[in-house]
Amino acid sequence: MAERSFAKEVQDLWIGEGETFRGEGILGITKALLECGVGYVGGYQGAPISHLMDVLADAQDILGELDVRFEANASEAAATAMLAASVHYPIRGAVAFKGPVGVNVASDALANLASGGVTGGAMLIVGEDYGEGSAIMQERSHAFAMKSQVWLLDPRPNLVSMTKAVRDGFELSEATNTPVILELRIRACHVHGTFEARDNQRPPLSVREALSAPRRDPSRLALPPFAYAHEHEKVESRWPRAIEHIMDNGLNERMGPKNAKIGVVVQGGLYNTLNRALERLELADAYGNSDVEIYCLNVTYPLAEPEFLRFCEGKDAVLVVEEGQPNYIEQALGGMLHRSDLPTRAYGKGYLPMAGEYQAPVMLEGLRGFLADHAPDMLSPALRAPNRSETEVPEIADAVPARPPGFCTGCPERPIFAGMKLIDEEIGPHQIACDIGCHLFSVLPPFDLGGTTMGFGLGPASNAAFDGGGERRAISVMGDGGFWHNGLASSVGNAVFNKSDNVIVIVDNYYAAATGGQDIPSSRSKNPTKQTGNSIEGAVRGIGVNWVRTIDRTYDVAKVRDTLREALTTDAEGPKVIIASSECMLNRQRRERPEKARAIAEGRRVLRPKFGVDEDVCTGDHACMRLSGCPSLTLKELDDPLRDDPVASIDESCVGCGNCGEVADAAVLCPSFYQADVIENPGRWEAARDRMTRRIIVWLQNRRAAKRLMFEEVAA
Amino acid sequence: MNDQFILPVGSFTHAEGLLKLSVHAVGGQGGGVLTNWIVALAEANGYYAQSTSVPGLAQRTGSTIYYVEMMPATETTPVLALMPAPGDVDVVVASEMMEAGRAVERGFVSAGRTTVITSTHRVYATSEKLIPGDGRADRERVLELTRASAKRTVAFDMHDFAKRSKSHVSASLFGALAGSGALPFPVESYVSVIEASGRGVAASLDAFHKAREAAQTGVDEAANAPVAKRAEVRGPEKKRAEWQRLLTRVEALPGPVAEMAKAGLRKVAEFQDERLAGDYLTTVEEAVAGDDADHMWLYSTTFAKYLANALCYDDLIRVADLKTRAARFARVRDHADPSDTALLRTTEYMHPRAEEVVGMFPAALGRKVEASPKLFAWIDRRVNKGRRYRSDGIVAFVALYMLGGLKPIRRFTLRDAQEREHREAWLSYARHLLPRDYDLAVEVLACRRLIKGYSDTHARGLSKFDLAMQGARKLEGRADAAEWLRRLRTAALSDPSDQPLRDALKTVDSFLDAG
Repeated sequence: MAERSFAKEVQDLWIGEGETFRGEGILGITKALLECGVGYVGGYQGAPISHLMDVLADAQDILGELDVRFEANASEAAATAMLAASVHYPIRGAVAFKGPVGVNVASDALANLASGGVTGGAMLIVGEDYGEGSAIMQERSHAFAMKSQVWLLDPRPNLVSMTKAVRDGFELSEATNTPVILELRIRACHVHGTFEARDNQRPPLSVREALSAPRRDPSRLALPPFAYAHEHEKVESRWPRAIEHIMDNGLNERMGPKNAKIGVVVQGGLYNTLNRALERLELADAYGNSDVEIYCLNVTYPLAEPEFLRFCEGKDAVLVVEEGQPNYIEQALGGMLHRSDLPTRAYGKGYLPMAGEYQAPVMLEGLRGFLADHAPDMLSPALRAPNRSETEVPEIADAVPARPPGFCTGCPERPIFAGMKLIDEEIGPHQIACDIGCHLFSVLPPFDLGGTTMGFGLGPASNAAFDGGGERRAISVMGDGGFWHNGLASSVGNAVFNKSDNVIVIVDNYYAAATGGQDIPSSRSKNPTKQTGNSIEGAVRGIGVNWVRTIDRTYDVAKVRDTLREALTTDAEGPKVIIASSECMLNRQRRERPEKARAIAEGRRVLRPKFGVDEDVCTGDHACMRLSGCPSLTLKELDDPLRDDPVASIDESCVGCGNCGEVADAAVLCPSFYQADVIENPGRWEAARDRMTRRIIVWLQNRRAAKRLMFEEVAA
Repeated sequence: MNDQFILPVGSFTHAEGLLKLSVHAVGGQGGGVLTNWIVALAEANGYYAQSTSVPGLAQRTGSTIYYVEMMPATETTPVLALMPAPGDVDVVVASEMMEAGRAVERGFVSAGRTTVITSTHRVYATSEKLIPGDGRADRERVLELTRASAKRTVAFDMHDFAKRSKSHVSASLFGALAGSGALPFPVESYVSVIEASGRGVAASLDAFHKAREAAQTGVDEAANAPVAKRAEVRGPEKKRAEWQRLLTRVEALPGPVAEMAKAGLRKVAEFQDERLAGDYLTTVEEAVAGDDADHMWLYSTTFAKYLANALCYDDLIRVADLKTRAARFARVRDHADPSDTALLRTTEYMHPRAEEVVGMFPAALGRKVEASPKLFAWIDRRVNKGRRYRSDGIVAFVALYMLGGLKPIRRFTLRDAQEREHREAWLSYARHLLPRDYDLAVEVLACRRLIKGYSDTHARGLSKFDLAMQGARKLEGRADAAEWLRRLRTAALSDPSDQPLRDALKTVDSFLDAG
């Protein structure tokens, strides 16, 4: 069950010829896959491609009707390996995953897939996550495309171009017997737009039918001696065919005036940013009509040399707009010019920065610099030499606090790190290795725990050098997602085999929570197409761990602390594994809220917990926040001249998880926290007893009030 | 970014009717919902609209930006940008004050062009909450800078509007956007967009219309201000008469002292009784006698403030008393907001230690126990554990009620003796300084702010206080002594550990050694 449901949106996947599709980029890509008669789809969640997996998961009906197999693969490697179905069978297949790191994980399968080549179109849809909001820097799938000889598509970021790229990609793949990568930047995945739909196609040969008539061709095996032949085939046959296909079908675009003195070569994904920069330089309009000639690379690998050289004819200079480093495209184009007898010079990095996302101001500045040097007459005097002295932005940076992402309200992982912080204070600091996942927020305030994160499921493995032990044991943290992705073998198996003395904490929140709450093997939810409920404890015991403790309610901070202490001090040999389980609060709320609302409406007894702080008792030292960081635990200024500092306060977003009360207890902070449980539709006996108790309490309170001075706030 | 290319104003080629709008939110605030509404609104009015966002992990309570471009639809599909550019945004919508500030910081707000719609409420960042003192960013300054940077600003607490309509801030932001007239669309089409969204429509529309009207008419800031309150005193007639006499004495004090002493008096009376309040007032009057108007009565005002805080220490009696009061019951009810038919249960999270229990012993006995670590540890083992009390239940309530009724024995307890000693030492030091260095005496009084919290936090506060007092003694006689003590206090409040304070003390030592 994913955080975001696309159940409503997937209805748009049914539309056909003559209708207009309206929606998010990711949904459009899914629609295009169906229009292309894809036979199987799969992938692994991760921003910015998670929603594609969620869409596919929610689209089981339509996939089933079209006889398309959907697999939620265990990892990017597993997803890429699945494309093996297109090696011998003329079936189109597509898998999706996060580009950065995901392509690294997939590279083993990718190399082998590329070696033998494919019969049916095989497509990897890769989300590149480069700048703002990116969890991991992209290393560019470009290098992998070149290394394995896989073609790389980087379409313009609008739904028409992106869905066309899906069709083009399959055709290119089949025409050249080569898998292709379709690269989408994060904003393109989430762009809202429209395109004219076509009818969905059933796969001409379904995977089900293929099983009835198995095929094999040993020459396609990535094994010597065939692999040596593939190496030649790739460059002697597939590459030239690809370039021919790209040029014959006009996959790259030339725009603007012909035979201008200068030109710009741009990765398709950056085209809109380029056009806006040209617009601001008064050289283009909002419809892409430009005074500067543009060669838009919707396929960034391989590069079509003849096409590029034709573009350069009559040009003095071209600017290559290529995000990331190394500048593979600029180097390649420079080489082409060098081999030709054209006098054109190619520029790129220098006018544009080596690294970082090409955001609007970067693009504008790079373009202006290039034009000022090579076509100064195209710029108005004001644009050629702008007055730089004006500072429009006030000095405000110091006034605005940073707001990095963090644990959500009620997150069950927060108490795990509160417990870890307490144990650090008790027995000294520990070497802590982190992993990928929500729990990585532990490295930020208020916890400040952990110093490395080497990869998904690699947290414990990255503490391997410390496996031999020392004065204090090393601790590593890994999520349930990482555990099933890679961690069971690479981290836990590794620790067992090497007789590690360290402590491994597996954070089990029932989902792949960081990527949007997709189901994984240990999820507790009932999923009609997946086998969930597989035990992490059973798996680690099966692989040879003898010391395992399971905490089934992570909010019990004292228990977390005590279990950690035990793990850090026990005489038991081998790795000490703690499985800390509680459901991701985002998903839990999404599940429980409507249920509770329904129950209340139906008159059933429902308990709604909420926490509060007694502002009279709180002294405003904020010790609770230094062990929590919960968004709902916040500051409040009291209307009291005797108070200097704001007190703690719990706002209306509280979900009643209990973390703040437990922390106050475990760390012996203060008695100001209380839990207020509202019981809707109480039983008759319960309500009667409550009335009686309240009467007694009120009597006692009045009795005391009659003897003392009491102050009461009343409206003035 | 400092080196960025800034175009002279008026040099852009404005496409006909192209509007650029960015939404700046905190993850989880509904920025996505608002963006979808804006897109639907534009499309309903014959515009071509494109929105993008960078969700990913930023959704988890971090800053998020959504970006929308729209222009009247034509035969040709426009090429629109996927991210806002500095100096090139028409409307900035911010769901929180600092997010508006961040938009200003990033250059998205231009004086000649940008309309800013922002809620002025705060969602505090973690960094602001961790400071033991007051780490909050300066909201007024950011609001002022935002107003100064924008062409037009619509700013009020839209979160409060949403809360009162039991809706979300996205609805009141949408209302303020409609009311601002920044987009060329009629109100009816905003309403249809909300109606078409299908969930919580009535609440959303309520918040929408209230915020729209507020944006149109210009908000009376008082609309957001809490209702003014005054304290009414109740109790036996004799005691009330005594209280009136105390109040008359307070009124006779110089203005600023009187205001502070009035609050102090009430606090002390609530903590103990009118007798202790009378003692408090006498002490304050003595302080006033030694003070003078030339210093705006700063010494005696500070004295009145921190003496009240020092007198009202947190012991078991105080906590139990506060937790069993009718006013507190009402506050809990207000916070949890149960329906008329619902029940309310209250569970107190407490964790007493031997220190608190022994603190309740008679002073002489308590000191003996403290002197015997074995006995103390034995008591600690008996009492030191987390306890959950159902204060709405009769058993726990009566126990707390009785504990809260132990006020008469308070002045015989070990804790009271300890507090008295500590207080006397502190006050006599301030009195000693007063004729010698007025400002330093005031600062010494203000150092009381360092003592707060319970258990370890309280112990750390005490040790910070002691360190600051050591610093004060070293600084005595210097012209800048008060200034330096203030710096020491600021350092102590900036971090939970005493490291910044110790570092500042080292600086003091270095110039004292040098001098």
